[in-house]
Amino acid sequence: MTEKERGDAYWKANLRLVSMLLAVWFVVSYGCGILFVEALNTISIGGLKLGFFFAQQGSIYVFVVLIFVYVHQMNKLDRKFDVHEE
Amino acid sequence: MELQTWIYLAVGGTFLLYMGIAIWARASTTKDFYVAGGGVNPIANGMATAADWMSAASFISMAGLIAFLGYNASAYLMGWTGGYVLLALLLAPYLRKFGKFTVPEFIGDRFYSQTARMVAVLCLIVASITYVIGQMKGVGVAFGRFLEVEFETGVMVGMGIVFFYAVLGGMKGITYTQIAQYCVLIFAYTVPAIFISLQLTGNPLPQLGLGSTLSDGSGMAVLDKLDKIVTDLGFAKYTDPSGSKLNMFLLTASLMIGTAGLPHVIIRFFTVPKVSDARKSAGWALVFIAILYTTAPAVGAMARMNLMDTIQTGPVGDPTANLVAAERPQWMKNWEKTGLLKYEDKNGDGRIQYYNDKNPEFAAKAEAFGWAGNEMVKVDRDIMVLANPEIARLPNWVIALVAAGGLAAALSTAAGLLLAISSSISHDLLKGVFRPDISEKGELMAGRIAMAGAILVAGYLGMNPPGFAAQVVALAFGLAASSIFPALMMGIFSKRVNNVGAICGMLAGLLSTLIYIFIFKGWFFIPETNWLPNNADAWLLGIAPESFGAVGALINFTTAFLVSRVTAEPPEHIQALVESIRVPRGAGVASAH
Repeated sequence: MTEKERGDAYWKANLRLVSMLLAVWFVVSYGCGILFVEALNTISIGGLKLGFFFAQQGSIYVFVVLIFVYVHQMNKLDRKFDVHEE
Repeated sequence: MELQTWIYLAVGGTFLLYMGIAIWARASTTKDFYVAGGGVNPIANGMATAADWMSAASFISMAGLIAFLGYNASAYLMGWTGGYVLLALLLAPYLRKFGKFTVPEFIGDRFYSQTARMVAVLCLIVASITYVIGQMKGVGVAFGRFLEVEFETGVMVGMGIVFFYAVLGGMKGITYTQIAQYCVLIFAYTVPAIFISLQLTGNPLPQLGLGSTLSDGSGMAVLDKLDKIVTDLGFAKYTDPSGSKLNMFLLTASLMIGTAGLPHVIIRFFTVPKVSDARKSAGWALVFIAILYTTAPAVGAMARMNLMDTIQTGPVGDPTANLVAAERPQWMKNWEKTGLLKYEDKNGDGRIQYYNDKNPEFAAKAEAFGWAGNEMVKVDRDIMVLANPEIARLPNWVIALVAAGGLAAALSTAAGLLLAISSSISHDLLKGVFRPDISEKGELMAGRIAMAGAILVAGYLGMNPPGFAAQVVALAFGLAASSIFPALMMGIFSKRVNNVGAICGMLAGLLSTLIYIFIFKGWFFIPETNWLPNNADAWLLGIAPESFGAVGALINFTTAFLVSRVTAEPPEHIQALVESIRVPRGAGVASAH
């Protein structure tokens, strides 16, 4: 692979990862927290309705996890395509 | 010990700490002044970012907003945290790789245009000034309530403290004081929340307390009980959504996109040594922010419950189940003095009735009880966090801590905003346009002077707030979402978007958003100049002015793509620049040029 091809392949892999993570980001907040909140509110865990939980707590926990998954996967990609920092 | 003594100790102690840090972290180069030397540890930067981000509004207002809006306040919780996912995945690592000092500088270089840079400077300054006025007001209010000094004196003391560490240390001084301020504010926020959660549910973690069963023997869950209390008095159910879904969706989107596009947050990621550090740092920032943001819903729900229970002491309708006005607790009397809480005995029975008299069904019922209207004529949302420790009868040192925490939140955000303003004046305007040959020493001095000037302007506007000061959500987030975020994202993710496209896109997003806001809120926020009434019936498709930023962003993206398509491709060296910022290798420390 030339440096240019390697750069392109790295960018493609990066875009794939980011799209997947943003899909989850969208589903937990806009999906579970807003669009389908009434349906999820019919389910309760502990004293919390599920839709309400996603809107006020759950989505935030998922956001944190998403960023750390991104950090970890990107570090792997950086090495795989040999574009990591010294 | 007396409450006043505790407060003087807490506030004085933290202020001395900030000044100590300022002396230790003086800036000696422009790199120190703009990006804290570029060597900040990513976890430490995460903490500083969290303090930078969490303003007086997050600390004081958010839980109150949740307490009174219930589920509908979720847009703020998700919006102000979800933006960090966008920031981490789409902007921070690439802007760090680019390695310059300011946000407009990236826009100017990537779109090879001074005009683009100037549009970005304008948006940055308007958004940041709107934002900083609120912080200055927050400082004045906190001083006024807790230290019983004049509002103006409070603002001036706050200005003095920020002046000391921001002028002396620039980004370096600000970074290390923000770390200290984060510790103060998060401690101050969580301690009362833990106490209250323990009192109500026996669970020390407020996040879990929110979903727990009450320990009063009723066997009911916190939120079920709260739903019952509020609906019994004619208020909307706490956990149920109401209003337009489209508006809630767009408000959340505008807050998220706006968060990711706010320059004072973005520049914090220029201070870490490597690209991989910028990613990691965004993750840590969100961890530190989430500690407060997941506590806030518990604080809101529990404060609302305590407030309702204090006034409605038994079954609704029982004449002895309302609080006797003469026996009302001391905290109510304290807050009545500030005008933020007001009670009026409308039916002259010497007891307080607090209910929703705007609900016709319940109002009829209330009349049958002999009630003559809601007697809590004013309950300001902002007092919920500040009065919370008093309502729950927590010890004096906790109340003092909350005062110091509120000040830390306001000061840390103010300093971050002031740095964004002053660096764009000294670096983008002075060095970028008027005096490109200015020496390093001269630019550092210019940075300090710009900072001092910005502090004076912010303080003056804090004391004499103009009409736009209250429009932080509409104006600051709207501008960041509709102009700055799309320009940055396209600059990284598209090689095709050119100078003309970017400028047209930014102007289209900016103007459409501003005009939509002005139509409902008055031109330049001058009262009575609005064309249409500011309510859901008049809004286009039910979209509030606060929610329009996301639509503005869409307009920006579309315009930029279409215009770029019919104009010349960006030159070779710009496409090479985009390719180079996409890979981490070769990121030196942030440099001037």
